[in-house]
Amino acid sequence: MIEFQLITPESAAQAAQLASASHTAQQGAEIRFVAGGTTLIDLMKLDVETPAKVIDINRLDLAKVEKQPDGTLRIGALVRNSDLAHEPNVLRDYPVLSQALLSGASAQLRNMATTGGNLLQRTRCMYFRDLAYSECNKRNPGSGCAAIEGLNRTHAILGTSEHCIATHPSDMAVAMMALEAVVHVVGASGERDIPIGEFYLLPGATPQNENVLKPGDLITYVTLPAAAANSKSHYLKLRDRASYEFALASAAVIVMTEGGRITRARVALGGVGTRPWRSHEAERALEGKAASEQHFHAAADAALRDAKPQSGNKYKIELSKRCIVRALTTATTQA
Amino acid sequence: MPQAPAPNLIGTSVPRIDGPLKTSGTAKYTSDHNFPEMLYGVPVQATIGKGKIKSMDVAEAEKMRGVVRIYRYGNAPKLYRPNGQDENAHVDETRPPLEDEVIYYNGQYVAMVVAETFEQAKAAANKVHVEYASETPNVALDLSDGFNDKMKEISKRGDVDAGFANAAVKVDYTYSTPIETHNPIELHSTVAVWDGEKFKLYETTQSIMNHQAAMAQMLGVPKENVQIVMKFLGSGFGGKLWPWTHDVLAAAAARDLNRPVKVVIDRRMMFSNVGHRPRTQQRIRLGATAEGKLNCLQHDYVSDTSILDEVSEDCGEATPYIYSTPNLRIRGEMVVRNVGTPTAMRGPGAVPGLYALESGMDELAIALKVDPVQLRLMNEPEIDESNGLPFSSRHLKECLTTGAEKFGWSKRNPAVGSMKRGDLTLGWGVACASWIAMRMPCKTSLMLNDDGSARIACATQDIGTGTYTIFAQVVNAKTGVPVEKIQVVLGDSSLPPGPVSGGSWVTGTVIPSIANAADNAEKQLIDLAVNGTRSPYHGRDPKELAFSEGRIHLASEPASSGIAFDELLRKGSLRFIQADGDSMASFADPNANKHSLHSYGAQFAEVEWDPGIARLRVSRVVSVIDVGKVLNPRPARNQVEGAIVMGIGMAMFEETHYDPRNARPVNSNLADYIMTTCADCPEIDVTFLDYPDKVLNEFGARGVGEIGLAGVAAAITAAVYHATGVRIRNLPIRIEDLISGSSNKQHFA
Repeated sequence: MIEFQLITPESAAQAAQLASASHTAQQGAEIRFVAGGTTLIDLMKLDVETPAKVIDINRLDLAKVEKQPDGTLRIGALVRNSDLAHEPNVLRDYPVLSQALLSGASAQLRNMATTGGNLLQRTRCMYFRDLAYSECNKRNPGSGCAAIEGLNRTHAILGTSEHCIATHPSDMAVAMMALEAVVHVVGASGERDIPIGEFYLLPGATPQNENVLKPGDLITYVTLPAAAANSKSHYLKLRDRASYEFALASAAVIVMTEGGRITRARVALGGVGTRPWRSHEAERALEGKAASEQHFHAAADAALRDAKPQSGNKYKIELSKRCIVRALTTATTQA
Repeated sequence: MPQAPAPNLIGTSVPRIDGPLKTSGTAKYTSDHNFPEMLYGVPVQATIGKGKIKSMDVAEAEKMRGVVRIYRYGNAPKLYRPNGQDENAHVDETRPPLEDEVIYYNGQYVAMVVAETFEQAKAAANKVHVEYASETPNVALDLSDGFNDKMKEISKRGDVDAGFANAAVKVDYTYSTPIETHNPIELHSTVAVWDGEKFKLYETTQSIMNHQAAMAQMLGVPKENVQIVMKFLGSGFGGKLWPWTHDVLAAAAARDLNRPVKVVIDRRMMFSNVGHRPRTQQRIRLGATAEGKLNCLQHDYVSDTSILDEVSEDCGEATPYIYSTPNLRIRGEMVVRNVGTPTAMRGPGAVPGLYALESGMDELAIALKVDPVQLRLMNEPEIDESNGLPFSSRHLKECLTTGAEKFGWSKRNPAVGSMKRGDLTLGWGVACASWIAMRMPCKTSLMLNDDGSARIACATQDIGTGTYTIFAQVVNAKTGVPVEKIQVVLGDSSLPPGPVSGGSWVTGTVIPSIANAADNAEKQLIDLAVNGTRSPYHGRDPKELAFSEGRIHLASEPASSGIAFDELLRKGSLRFIQADGDSMASFADPNANKHSLHSYGAQFAEVEWDPGIARLRVSRVVSVIDVGKVLNPRPARNQVEGAIVMGIGMAMFEETHYDPRNARPVNSNLADYIMTTCADCPEIDVTFLDYPDKVLNEFGARGVGEIGLAGVAAAITAAVYHATGVRIRNLPIRIEDLISGSSNKQHFA
């Protein structure tokens, strides 16, 4: 960890203004916001993140969950994961989000980690986190990828490129993808809304850029669309051990059925993608079909059709498929 | 009024006497020690696995705020090797740090920054730029290169090849266990204080006496000039038995700079610089008659060690005596890899060895179509067939039968995948456990005070297992002083020398020494009673007197008729009497030498298998343990339960992954090195048979630290086979192996 300046702004606008001096809001940013710190401080200790200035946003008034008149749910960026998981509106209307949150990290980490911070959670790629490896295109653009020829059991199989195969680690963001959340940002030039489907970038040739945020952009809250009546959902996370481990494969599914037929499906995957992975392919394979195991398998096959495994993670294709099938089965058979 | 005799606390759950200090956060652990003017050292680690340092640029780091010194090859203080012939100054990694520019393993210390604050030292350590001439390291997972004609013969009887040839039913499989890293929650740390002549070193050690001798030799000073202090340990699991390179670096820096120096290594260093359980590859060849009598047992094993040192994982530890067979051969070998020097991890040798042997026994039972519990019962030996000695106390059969009953084994349907719980498939497995029983030499010092209190002192240590409390219980049993009035002083090398906390031998070791101290105290008290002019027994023949329940009395009369020892001391105006205790090692004890001394156990495991999502969880473990008399069931149970939790990790999760390109342990943190969490812990049912083993000591207590880990992994993999039909011969069990559905997958990258 290098020496840095800690700044405590009075308002979101001031925070955004201060951060706008950074040349990037992505890897290598010299100004960073800190909320729960569960990713940033960790990476600063490893010198993977070396901001000269850290803006502490914890005192901003962004920790509320509010039901809006239009039925949407507005979640402040500073709402802690543990609070959000147990929030009554979330429990009633968006159980898939609560399940995803509670499957993440440990109780201690969830008490610190925030909604905005979790959207920006960085990958657990061992090579990204270890400065002993000079090859990491995400950390050191153009240097190569140590994971492709390295140990990559936990790496991504969807959305990878020849430059990066790092997995996005968040559980919460997977549920948010299925819920079609909208991310609200205050930036140096005003406020804007970003549908979460447009928030994350694929690594391509520039894996250092993980999302569309620009210098000065501060996530202030996330909005969930009004809950669809009669929708059933489930979040299933598969991993080696029962707790405190990132997903090897996870699935957030939301389905509406009418007379045994699926009228609307939302499927998002975790642990397998370079970003929280919305599978429109799986959704198309489900919509209009009977809620049957046969169609769940077809959806799983569709979701993984373009998967590109690495030397150590071929099993993830099968695991992810089983995860999707079970999540859909659980969701559609619940009372 | 005659007083009721104090209840004997041996065998009762006396609460830990150090418990309140720990639960209130006031127990002072090694790195909690701070001194004025103290500096902080942060080592710099090599980032290659093999090669040489070409150049090191410290210019930027040296200019950073707070930096006092950057030690590296060329300016490091002179350090020495420990005398390899001195078994009381044992060190696994013997090369003094910064001795030359050669890199033997990834993570090796190439420099140490010393600065005014930890943060400054850490920041500067990251700015030390090293250029290397790198060579290709060897961290090959396949250890077959060790299976050769030069394998060392460990034990042999009969003709194993002829036995195999004549066997009606045979199995011949190779098993492997991965490198596992000790991950005690307390990081290795050292706080070194130099006073111009002597060192006072606060260390995270399981052996203050060995540490003292080894550090003195490496620092080049007389042993008397080194004092080691370790009052509380945040666990060690064997990783803290011997000094490591950061210890000597800190002490040398403290002397060189004449200021206290603290070094707390980080979690990444825990994976490379302070030992690990080496990888093993083991061939088990078993032959049996059609009925299931073993007629041959061959166990060949190879473990990997570092370039620098030879540390073997003696997988054949329990193999020679656990079963009856006329033909047996055990051979062992080491192969060299570019890894840090291995060290003992809980149950060294026997634990990985029994994983292989007991897996082989399960495979043999299936081949024979014999129940795996029955197969073990059928092959119970009468005596230790490796040396012809009788067992001091062996109840393995009862471990198996009691465990089978508690587990409900008779309801087991042996057909693979046949047992269900709701939508889940159940698997049931069993394996045997064993571990050595031993005593080491031990000196103690017992004080009985004029206020009725006692003090017992010994230069051994409590590594979190309950040793403080065991001392108090034994002193209570021998003197009658209540536990709450006994001060137990351990963890300081200036005290009378006691044993290493290893090998599960501390409890068995300290009993005779404390008993001897109590006998010597009794002699002094009786002398005082017959000679003291104010004593009621003045002028009596010493032979008429006895000491029990804290009172000197006529041997012919009850204790209540006598005089309390503290009253006797006050009458004589003595503050205390102090008596020395001394006891010898079991290997020097002629009676112990006439016996085969071991502990035993049986592990029964249940797994739940959800094939739809390839989810495997251990749902139930029944463990029946024969460790002689259990002095205190609560910490004993805690040891076995903890060992089972560790065994679940060994079976299902733990493996240190080395990148073959640079020999770097890449999952060197607690998120990526998967260990058992609370959510993975099943229902655990521990039973102690509690048969005293009087050959070892008067209470018949052996020791319980390691046995609980033995057999757990084999019981779990047997259960996995029963549930899934997949035989895991290479630990850990991985989801991908279960998905693939085929046995004997090699993980060799």
